[in-house]
Amino acid sequence: MAISTTDTAPVTTASAPAKQAPPPRWRSREALTAWLFILPSLIGFLIFTAGPVVAAGVISLLNWNLFSAPTWAGLHNFARLGPDPTFWSALGSTAYFTLVSVPLTILVSLALALLLNQGVKRIAIFRSLLLLPYATITVAVAFVWIWLYIPHDGLVNAVLGWFGINGPAWLISDTWAMPALILMSVWKSFGFGMVVFLAGLQAIPQQLYESARVDGTSPWKSFRHITLPMLSPALFFVIVTSVIGSFQVFDQALIMTNGGPGTRTTTLVMYIYRTGFENYDQGYAAAQSLVLFAFIILITAAQFMFQRKLVHYDN
Amino acid sequence: MTTETTAGTTAELRRRLVVFTCFLVTAITLVPVVMMVLVAFQSDGESMAAKPSFWPTSWHPENLARAFELVPLGKYLLNTIYFAAGTTLLETATAALAAYAFARLNFPGRSWLFGIYLATLMIPSQVTLIPQFVLVAKLHGIDTWPGMILPHAFTAIGVFLLRQFFLGIPRDYEEAARLDGANRWQAFVRVIVPLAVPAIATLAVFKFIGQWNNLLWPLVISNSDATRTASVGLQVFQDTNGTQWNLLLMAATVTTVPLIVLFFLTQRWFVRGITMSGLGGR
Repeated sequence: MAISTTDTAPVTTASAPAKQAPPPRWRSREALTAWLFILPSLIGFLIFTAGPVVAAGVISLLNWNLFSAPTWAGLHNFARLGPDPTFWSALGSTAYFTLVSVPLTILVSLALALLLNQGVKRIAIFRSLLLLPYATITVAVAFVWIWLYIPHDGLVNAVLGWFGINGPAWLISDTWAMPALILMSVWKSFGFGMVVFLAGLQAIPQQLYESARVDGTSPWKSFRHITLPMLSPALFFVIVTSVIGSFQVFDQALIMTNGGPGTRTTTLVMYIYRTGFENYDQGYAAAQSLVLFAFIILITAAQFMFQRKLVHYDN
Repeated sequence: MTTETTAGTTAELRRRLVVFTCFLVTAITLVPVVMMVLVAFQSDGESMAAKPSFWPTSWHPENLARAFELVPLGKYLLNTIYFAAGTTLLETATAALAAYAFARLNFPGRSWLFGIYLATLMIPSQVTLIPQFVLVAKLHGIDTWPGMILPHAFTAIGVFLLRQFFLGIPRDYEEAARLDGANRWQAFVRVIVPLAVPAIATLAVFKFIGQWNNLLWPLVISNSDATRTASVGLQVFQDTNGTQWNLLLMAATVTTVPLIVLFFLTQRWFVRGITMSGLGGR
């Protein structure tokens, strides 16, 4: 889900115009009211989000199998990451997945949003139908995709056969397991970006296009110089959320390949899950999850730095 | 005259091309969904044959009953509804209250606290997974509803979304109510909430879908049929019965249908909600 981590809307607060200094008593009463409003959310937030984040930091410094008493490990769990080939291959798989699936998802959702925004009547029905993959349950459709990918006579290879292509044994192939996972994931998630882009496209003033047309600008140029800049905040938002999401891919990988063949499609999150809940190595799992967190922060920060150059805000 | 007709035909041609492309893309996109339903009605032999067929040679509606017999699918679905509805209700209620305070009320430390909320948006749920599991285990919450629901019922994203929306509601509306003697709570309930229905509905729908889809948390925290959700249940299905594709995909269909119905009924709301929350390049 997630709506706008960008600064498309005023993010930092204090928009309240200070009305000629209200008396202190009134002010403290307002503060009390505010805390009452926030309290239910804050209690839950502290217990179930903030607390666990701190706890993850502590657990990463322990040797702990969940059942016996933990022992101090210091930075040992982080030191284990270096010589662990599975960790590096999980990182590589996650990077591969992200680098291919995010651009593909963006292209597909943008193309479809542009298509649906052509102002043709009764096109809304297509919008609803195209949102269906997003509305299906990941686990459920992951099973369908296994079925589509069945080596010899699954539908995917049957269609490839019409073109004389001998399709691979997708999910058990070293080379093709990851692309198969990516194809399914793009199919599953393009709907979200499509909706956001449609909302963005509909907010672009039509006069811009009309004056461009009067000036004889080609459709490609008006796309390049009007649509893309005006859409860039939405584009930025979808890219950031897609990257964060793809770093956390889990469900479809667990069902479709269970990380295989070998560790070829073992993503970071799957490795964390295995380490913590199959090998009961909680300290090491916590260390891995903190490294994942660090990567997400770094990449998101890099994207925010890029956006200053590339994203156009109409202020 | 001639130019006009040419322009007319070009527009008509373009319209047809757009509709045709939409049709084609939609048809290809929906293949997996259609497939799920079609295989669900095939016979055991046909669905497990080495050469899968697309269209069932014979229809087996009794697969529906068989799927419910093989696993307690009804119970799993009910559990999924509890889990998704519980987290959604708690999240929207507490987020709306907090968002109102962050948007409208002044108190020391406001931007500071909101900053912390925002920072946690970037934390992958896997970072908190193990500590949350440990916490719930210590409180004897494994396999209980509070243990399932509470850790996923308070997130920063809802507070953030609703705050953005509340900021966009003109202050005058509320001031008028305040002049009429309404206190903050009354202003919130009578003025802000009714105006924010689209945003609240957007949050609720996305949250509900997200939790209906959630696999990792229920997988970790529910150990028995008492709390097992459908997404976890479908896996059990595969383990206990080998891969009986027709029944598995029937169960998958049954699990997906409620979500799709909800999605279609509410999608008008969240398309509007997103536009209004300030993503539209404004």
